Amino acid sequence: MSMLAAAPTFTAPTIAYGKLSPLLIVFGAALIGVLVEAFVPRTRRYLAQAVLTLGGLLVALVAVILVATHLTSHDSGAAHGSIEAMGAIAVDGPSLFIWGTLLIFSIISVMLFAERDLEGGVTAFAGQAANLPGTEAEREASARGIEHTEVFPLVLFAIGGMMLFPAANDLLTMFVALEVLSLPLYLLCGLARRRRLISQEAAMKYFLLGAFSSAFFLYGVALIYGFAGSVQLADIDAAVSSRVGASGLLLTGMGMLAVGLLFKVGAAPFHAWTPDVYQGAPTSVTAFMAACTKLAAFGALLRVFYVALGSARWDWEPMMWIIAALTMLIGSVVAITQTDVKRMLAYSSIAHAGFLMTGFVGVHQGIVVAGREITSLQAVLFYLVVYGFATIGAFAVVTVVRDAGGETTHLSRWAGLGREAPVVAGVFAFFLLAFAGIPLTSGFAGKWAVFTSAWSGGAWPLVVLAVLMSVVAAFFYIRVIVLMFFSDPVGDGPIVAVPSILTTATITIGAAMTLILGVAPQPVLDLARQAGQFIR
Amino acid sequence: MTGSETSLPWLSILIVIPLIGAGVLSIMPRHSDLPKQVAFAISLVTLGVSIVMAIDYQIGRSGYQFVEEHSWISSFGANYAIGLDGLGLSLVLLTTILTPIVILAGWNDADGRDWGVNSFFAWMLALEGLAIGVFSATDVFLFYVLFEATLIPIYFLIGGFGGPRRSYAAAKFLLYNLFGGLLMLASVVGLYVVSSKSASGPSYLLSDLVHASMSQPTGRWLFLGFFIAFAIKAPMWPVHTWLPEAASEGTSGTSVLLISVLDKIGTFGLMRFAIGIFPEASRWAAPVVITLAVISILYGALLAVGQNDIRRLIAYTSVSHFGFIVLGIFAFTSQAQAGAALYMFNHGISTAALFLVSGFLISRRGSKMITDYGGVEKVAPVLAGMFLLSGLSVLSLPGLSPFVSEFLVLIGTFTISITAAVIASLGIVLAALYILLMYQRTMTGPVRESTKNIPDLGTREIVALAPLIALILVLGFFPKPALDMVTPTVNSLLQQIGVSDPSPTVALQEGSSK
Repeated sequence: MSMLAAAPTFTAPTIAYGKLSPLLIVFGAALIGVLVEAFVPRTRRYLAQAVLTLGGLLVALVAVILVATHLTSHDSGAAHGSIEAMGAIAVDGPSLFIWGTLLIFSIISVMLFAERDLEGGVTAFAGQAANLPGTEAEREASARGIEHTEVFPLVLFAIGGMMLFPAANDLLTMFVALEVLSLPLYLLCGLARRRRLISQEAAMKYFLLGAFSSAFFLYGVALIYGFAGSVQLADIDAAVSSRVGASGLLLTGMGMLAVGLLFKVGAAPFHAWTPDVYQGAPTSVTAFMAACTKLAAFGALLRVFYVALGSARWDWEPMMWIIAALTMLIGSVVAITQTDVKRMLAYSSIAHAGFLMTGFVGVHQGIVVAGREITSLQAVLFYLVVYGFATIGAFAVVTVVRDAGGETTHLSRWAGLGREAPVVAGVFAFFLLAFAGIPLTSGFAGKWAVFTSAWSGGAWPLVVLAVLMSVVAAFFYIRVIVLMFFSDPVGDGPIVAVPSILTTATITIGAAMTLILGVAPQPVLDLARQAGQFIR
Repeated sequence: MTGSETSLPWLSILIVIPLIGAGVLSIMPRHSDLPKQVAFAISLVTLGVSIVMAIDYQIGRSGYQFVEEHSWISSFGANYAIGLDGLGLSLVLLTTILTPIVILAGWNDADGRDWGVNSFFAWMLALEGLAIGVFSATDVFLFYVLFEATLIPIYFLIGGFGGPRRSYAAAKFLLYNLFGGLLMLASVVGLYVVSSKSASGPSYLLSDLVHASMSQPTGRWLFLGFFIAFAIKAPMWPVHTWLPEAASEGTSGTSVLLISVLDKIGTFGLMRFAIGIFPEASRWAAPVVITLAVISILYGALLAVGQNDIRRLIAYTSVSHFGFIVLGIFAFTSQAQAGAALYMFNHGISTAALFLVSGFLISRRGSKMITDYGGVEKVAPVLAGMFLLSGLSVLSLPGLSPFVSEFLVLIGTFTISITAAVIASLGIVLAALYILLMYQRTMTGPVRESTKNIPDLGTREIVALAPLIALILVLGFFPKPALDMVTPTVNSLLQQIGVSDPSPTVALQEGSSK
C-alpha cells in the first residue's frame, strides 16, 4: 500500500508492527466486535462477543510476553526497549509491564462483564440503553430478556486506550489515548441494568468532569509546546534541562498537565468524581475502572513527570508532596463516614492513590541508586499490581451480595454476612485486610515497597503521614469486618447469590494473588525491576 | 529443606505444627468435641517438641541456637531467619506450656457460640504458632510480619467468643495495636534505608543491623517508633487502656494468651530489637522510660485496688507488673535485666494461674463483680485455695517464683537509682493490698445466697491448674535453671549497650540462692 502512495517527497512512516502487536490486536478485536454487533444474530452475539473479547485479550497478552523477551537493552541494562511509530510510542520495559498487568486485569474484569447467572440469565448491563428509565419500553425490554453486548467492544476500546496512554512518547498521542480510554468508560458507566438513574447520573458527572480535565490537559500540552517547541517527551526534557531561570509557560503547562493526569488517577483535589462514579457504575465496570484506569494513569503520570519534566522536579515536587498528603488525608478520613460499600471502596481507592503518590514523589532517588535497593518505579508498579488484584476481587464480591432489588451495597445490609456466608465474608475480609496493609497480605508488601522508596528519596515526613493515615484507613476496614462478623443481621439479612464460574474464578484469582503477593512477592518485584527505567 | 544446618529444622517444625493444626481444625465439624481433642493433642505434641528442644539447648552458650536462615524477599532485604537464645527459648516454652493448659481450661468456653468450637481452638493454635515465630525471629522484617499477624487471631478470639462488649473491646485492641505496629513500620522502613547504605546492601538480619552505622538523630527517631509499638503492646502507662477492656471481655483462656504470651512480645521486643539495634538511643531514653515504668507500677496497682471487676483488676495488676519488667530492662544492670527476663516467664505463669482460677469462679456464678461473691472458701475450698496460691504468687510472696524476679529487678535498680527503686517498692505493698482485699471480699465471710451452690473445681480444672502451681513452686525455690538460661542473653545485651554494673554482681548470687 505504501508503494502505491509513494510520492517523491513523501517518506512512508516505518511502523514496527511486531512490537506494537499487543495494541493492534486489542484495537483489531474491538473493531471486529463492532462488526459482530452489526452482523451476528442477536441470540449468538453474547457468546461470540465474550469469546472474541477474552480471546483477543489473551492473544494480546501472549504478544506482550513475546515482545518483552526481545527488547534491546540500553545503559548497560538499566532500560530496555525502543521508541516506535516514528517517535509516538515507547515500547519499553515499564510499558510492557503495564501492558501485561493491564491485560490480566482486563481479562478477569471482562469475566465479570460476562457474568449472567446473577441477573437470571442476562448480563448486568441495560437491555436497551436508549429506553428512558421507568418507561413501558424499558419494562418490555426487560420482560423479553433483551441484552445488548456493545459493552464488549466498548471495553476493548477502553483497554486499547489504556495501553496507549502510559506508552505514549509524545503529549499529543497521550491526549488521543486519554480520549480513547475515557469515552468508552463514560458510556460503560451509564449502562447499568438496575438503578439506571444513578448510573446515568454517574456517567454524566464523569463525562462532564472528564471532559473538563481533558481540556486542562490539552491546554497544558499547548503551553508546553509553546515552551519547548515540541510535544516529544525527549525534546521537552532537553528544553527543560537547558532553560535559564523560571518560565511561566513551563510552570503553567506543567500544572495543567498535572490536573489532567491527577484527575484520572483520582488524587485530591481532583477526586470528587470518584465516589459518585464508583457507586453509580455497574459494579463490574467499577472493578475494571478502579484497577485499570489507575494503572494506566499512573503509568502516564510517571512517564510525563520523569521523562519529560524530570529536570524540573524541584518545581513540581512541592506540589506533588502537598497533593500526596492531601489525597491520603481526604481518602482515609472521609471514608470513615461512608455507609455504602462501593463508596467506601471508592474513598479507599483515593487513599491508595495517595500512598501511590507517596512512592511517586520519592522517584528521583530511584533513578540514581543502583544495586539491590528498590527503586521508586519498581515500587509503584508493584503497588499497582497488588492494588488491582485486591480491588477487582473486592468489587467482584460486591456483585454477589444481593437482595431482591439486586446488589445490596448499603453497609447496614452487610451486617451478619459472616454468618450467612462465612466463605464470601471471609474472602472480603481478607481483601479488606490487604487494603489495610496487614502483613502476609499483598497490601503490606505493596505499602512497604512504596514507603521504602519514598523514604529513600527523602520523603520521610510523607511516610510518617502515610503510616498514620494507614491507621485511620484500617479503622474503617475493620469496621466492615466487625459488621460482617460480629453484628446481627438486620431483617432478612443479605443473600449471597451463587455466581457462575466466571465470577467465582475472578474472586479466586484476586484472593490467590493477594495471598501469593503477600507471602512471596519476590518474582513480581523482580519482574518490575527487570522492566528497568523509561527510555527517552 | 536446604538449611545450612544438617539436622532437622526443629524450630520451623515447632512453628508449623500448630499452624497446620489450625488449618485442619478450620475444616472440622463446627459443634462437636472432636476439634477440642485434636487441638489438645496438637498442643501437647508442640509442647513435647519444645521440651525436646529445650533439653537439646546448650545453656550458657551465648548467641543463637537452632539457627535457620533463608533468603525470603531479596528486594526488601528480608530473610526467613530464626534462632533461639535463652530469652527466646524461655518465652517459647511459656507459650507451649500455656497453650495446652488454656485449651484444657477453656474446654467448654466455645460451646453454643455462633462461631463454632473448631474456630475457637483453631485461632488459639494459630496464635501459638505465630507467637513461637515472633519469639524466634532474628530478622526484623520477619518479626514485624509475625508481630502484626498475631493481632488477627486475638481479634477474632475476643470478638467472636467474648462477653457482651466484645466487639468494642476487639476493635479497640486491634486499632491500638495497629497504631503501634504501623509506627514501628515507619521505623522498619527507616532501618531499610539505613542498612541499604552499607556495603553489603539492604538487610534486615539482626546480625547485620547490630553493626549498622546511623547518625544519632536517626537512631533516636527509629528507636522511638519501635519503643512506642512495644510500649503499647506491653502495655505501659499511658497507652495501656486497651488492655483492661480486652482482658475483661475475652474468655479467660483468651486473656491468658493475651496477657501472658502476647504482651510479652512488647517487653521481649524492647530487649531484642529496640535496645539491641539502638543501644545509644536506649541509653538516651532510659531516664524517661524508667519514669514511665515507675508510673505504670503505681498507677496499675492503684487502679487495681479500686476495681470491682475481677478481670479488670488482674489486667491492672499486669500493667503494674509490666512496669517492673520495663524498669528492670532499662536499669541496665545485670541483676535487673536478668530479673526482668525471668519476670517475663514468671509473670506469664502466675497471671495465667490467677486468670484461670478466677475464670472458673466467674463461670460458676456468672458475674465478674467482686461484690457478687462472699464466703466461697466454705463451699469450694479447693477453688479458694488455688485462688489464694495464685494470688500470692502474683503479689510476689517469697518462695513463689515471681518474688525472685521482682527482687532482682529491685536490687538491680537500687544500684542506679534509689528513688526509682523506692517508689517501685511501693508497688509491692499495693500488690498485697489488691490481692488480699480481693481474696477477702470474694472468698471469706459468710456464705451468700447466690454463692452457696457454687461447686468446687472438677478434675479437668485441677489438671489444668496443677502444672502452673507446680512451676510457681519449683521456680520459687530453685530459679537457677531459668536464670542460667537468660543470663547469656542479658550479658551480651549489656555488652552491646556498653554499660557495666556499678558494683560487682554479688546480689545475683543472693537472689538465686533464695
